[in-house]
Amino acid sequence: MLFPRLLARHGGPIVQARDRSPGGGTASQVRSRMAIAIACFVAVYGVIGGRLVQYGLSEIDSGSRYSAADRSLASRPDIVDRSGIVLATDIRVASLFGEPRRIVDVDEAVEELASVLPDVDYKEWHRKLSSGAGFVWLRRELTPRQQADVLALGIPGIGFRTEKRRFYPGGPVASHILGLVNIDNAGIAGIEKYVDDQGLGTLQDLGLDVDTELAPVKLSLDARVQHIVRDVLVDGMERYKAIAAGGVVLDAKTGEVVAMVSLPDYDPNNPYNALDKDRLNRMSAGTFEMGSTFKAFTTAMALDSGKVDLNDSFDASRPIQIARFTISDFHGKKRVLSVPEIFIYSSNIGTAKMADVVGIEQHREFLTRIGLLTRMETELPEVAKPTQPDEWKKLNSITISFGHGVSTTPLQTAVAAAALVNGGTLLKPTFLARGADHAKVLGKKVLDPATSDAMRYLFRLNVEKGSGRRAEVEGFVVGGKTGTAEKVVNGRYSSEKRFNAFLAAFPMDDPQYVVLAIIDEPKPEEGKSGATAGMNAAPMVREIVARSAPLLGLMPRFGEDEDALLVSY
Amino acid sequence: MYTRSDRSAMAEWWRTIDRWFLAAFLALIAFGVVLSFAASPAVAERIGLDTYHFVERHGLFLVPAIGVMIAVSFLDARQIRRLALITLVISVALMIAALFFGVEVKGSRRWVRLFGLSLQPSEFMKPAFVILCAWLFAEQQRRPEIPGSLIAMILFIAMAALLVAQPDLGQTILLAGIWGAMFFIAGLSWLWIGLLGVSAGMGLMAAYFAFPHVADRVNRFLTGEGDTYQVDTGREAIVRGGWFGQGPGEGTVKRILPDSHTDFIFSVLAEEFGIILCAVLVSIFAFIVLRGFWRATRDHDAFQRFAVAGLVTLIGFQSTINIAVNLQLMPAKGMTLPFVSYGGSSMIAVALTAGMILALTRRRPESRAGRVQFHSVSRFQPAS
Repeated sequence: MLFPRLLARHGGPIVQARDRSPGGGTASQVRSRMAIAIACFVAVYGVIGGRLVQYGLSEIDSGSRYSAADRSLASRPDIVDRSGIVLATDIRVASLFGEPRRIVDVDEAVEELASVLPDVDYKEWHRKLSSGAGFVWLRRELTPRQQADVLALGIPGIGFRTEKRRFYPGGPVASHILGLVNIDNAGIAGIEKYVDDQGLGTLQDLGLDVDTELAPVKLSLDARVQHIVRDVLVDGMERYKAIAAGGVVLDAKTGEVVAMVSLPDYDPNNPYNALDKDRLNRMSAGTFEMGSTFKAFTTAMALDSGKVDLNDSFDASRPIQIARFTISDFHGKKRVLSVPEIFIYSSNIGTAKMADVVGIEQHREFLTRIGLLTRMETELPEVAKPTQPDEWKKLNSITISFGHGVSTTPLQTAVAAAALVNGGTLLKPTFLARGADHAKVLGKKVLDPATSDAMRYLFRLNVEKGSGRRAEVEGFVVGGKTGTAEKVVNGRYSSEKRFNAFLAAFPMDDPQYVVLAIIDEPKPEEGKSGATAGMNAAPMVREIVARSAPLLGLMPRFGEDEDALLVSY
Repeated sequence: MYTRSDRSAMAEWWRTIDRWFLAAFLALIAFGVVLSFAASPAVAERIGLDTYHFVERHGLFLVPAIGVMIAVSFLDARQIRRLALITLVISVALMIAALFFGVEVKGSRRWVRLFGLSLQPSEFMKPAFVILCAWLFAEQQRRPEIPGSLIAMILFIAMAALLVAQPDLGQTILLAGIWGAMFFIAGLSWLWIGLLGVSAGMGLMAAYFAFPHVADRVNRFLTGEGDTYQVDTGREAIVRGGWFGQGPGEGTVKRILPDSHTDFIFSVLAEEFGIILCAVLVSIFAFIVLRGFWRATRDHDAFQRFAVAGLVTLIGFQSTINIAVNLQLMPAKGMTLPFVSYGGSSMIAVALTAGMILALTRRRPESRAGRVQFHSVSRFQPAS
């Protein structure tokens, strides 16, 4: 037996009783043992008390169960345009919920609700309300009228919870820029997502969301110009029966996007179709072979390299034969052309020869330098990466010189064009208000100012005498380059389907704004023939410039300017 | 209320009762009633009973509970010992019966049906066990030839074996803790303290490795990983409540936690009534425990000293374990909060405990030092 032996070895009873006072062990010993026990309990209760105080002082971490419900009340900042016009704001809405256990008669409740909310899914709601759950959402974001009607029914076990909902006063006007929020008011696209990515989302995840007003996010957008651009594009799409259109107005000196529209778009207040493949933001998330507008970059490159002068001439009398391909001109003049002639007649042969003079590596380096071969950096999350050949051969350089073989986003094309006309400064595009001073710091010199001057002359010349005549707006000195690209259909360039663009800037003597309009698969206008860029994209730019330039604070000037510009060269 | 000359039993009782203890127990009962209204309707609705099913039953149990407490407090030490012996014998019999005929609830056989009532005999065993151990220790010290400690040890092993057989590890650990504490207070030598401490540690290790759910809970507590839903929800509720609470009826944990009317009632209290009221509740428990020890320290009668210390230790352990689990200070362990949690057996057993504390702390002429001194001197002086 274990115990007796232990007892024996220890030589006495387990409990020591040396000096037996009345009632058991040593009074002092028992007292000290009691004191130890008391001390232990005091310590334990002390720890409990301390823990209570700690809990009392701690904040709720809403990272788990309560967070979705809490966040729905959290504010998002308003988004305003450059002059403070509200583009996106929070409104308070009521959401309908049910507490099935408190509902007296499910059939009656659903029937009564159906009398004011006619689109109620009877079976679904009946199932929800008889589920025995404590809480079920019935309908998020009711209109005030619906809320009043439901309230008037007085059904027990039905209640409202105030939530915040994003509202876009302009509807679809700036949909692609503003983006979207989900049902919990978290940004999932566009500037809304950018705002979250800038820290708002993190703050909310940490439970630091607030129900109060936040400082608005000020965009570089001008709501009026945005509206004009969209209006012109909607009209153009209809007029030319196109499948898509897009446009951007960019501040040439600061890189601020003043307006940007991609059609078809969606209504962010009811974005049921926002995810349709067709409705992506073509301007920043779509890439296109920009066609002849690219010749502007080739020409600028040739002039900037110093190897080509404005007065040089190239023989465009015969098509270029390379590999199995024949490069010929659309409006063939079959003669030697000067550089300005190559530009305004949009000669593929002449442009290819200019690129040839510069060289393949330099060609690639130049396009990289003006940001046409790398993914553009801007606030919008939806930005596509341009494509280019893995290996540049002579044929690639030739086709790229007139805009085939490299796909870029329209927005980055406009950004590069701004560098061509603003004295040679490449500016990262932005959707947020950016001052001219800030832009000066950010700008990167990519071109010689003299090259920029020459380009302004060429752009202007093309509107005065070349394919861009239909873009002229009297008094605003528009300059630009058309681009009529044949689309690739089943691996072959199709002569039926075109992607047209007009890349412009105004006023050309001191360009303030770059305007780019694109139109996808335009058909000839009713009663007219031809669907080249000069017939559709250029008039669209004219509309945009004519209607928005006065709003942008530019004065029309008549008479002397054009002469002065021409005289200087 | 009663004059000193009034010699009726009631007057005698009122004069000699420890009114602080009485007030503390009644305060706990009041807490229990209020919290029953707060926590149990949600549970009752969830499991499909009448809204006030648990509230009604809580109130119903209060009548016999208060009756037991008052009635037991009338008894003297000798009667308490007899009561404890009878209670122990009956509860052990019922515990054995539960093993064979009991209802299996959540994998263990702790309940027996008797006269249409569900009983958890182990609840009644605890105070009876404490009293008997106290008596054995006291007798050992009074008459060393009686192997009181040894019998106490055998008694403990038998009780622990019955509890493990159910299995009910929480009660086993509770019982071991009380028994150890009493042994410690009785003057256990440090060698034995070490030995028992090691074996307790080994027992806990064995539990960890033998019972997967124990290992699971301990791991969850230590790592914070896995399904900590109940304790996390409890914690969140307390934090949400803040100092002053969300207000009566405004709580949410009670809708979520399955054991909100028993094991997690403290979280319900915190969420609806605030941390300050929680602190008041903790203070009442602390007061009972500390006053019990203080009275025990001053008591000259060995049996009463050990018994009171043991009984308040029982209440102290149960309350601290329950609250510590709610406050995430220890691994999840189902333990009722004395007088506050819902549960008939628990309520009446705690009333029995409280009644015994009240009975043993009554001022009695015979417990005065002089007479005891005389008694013991006559008995022991020659031997030493």
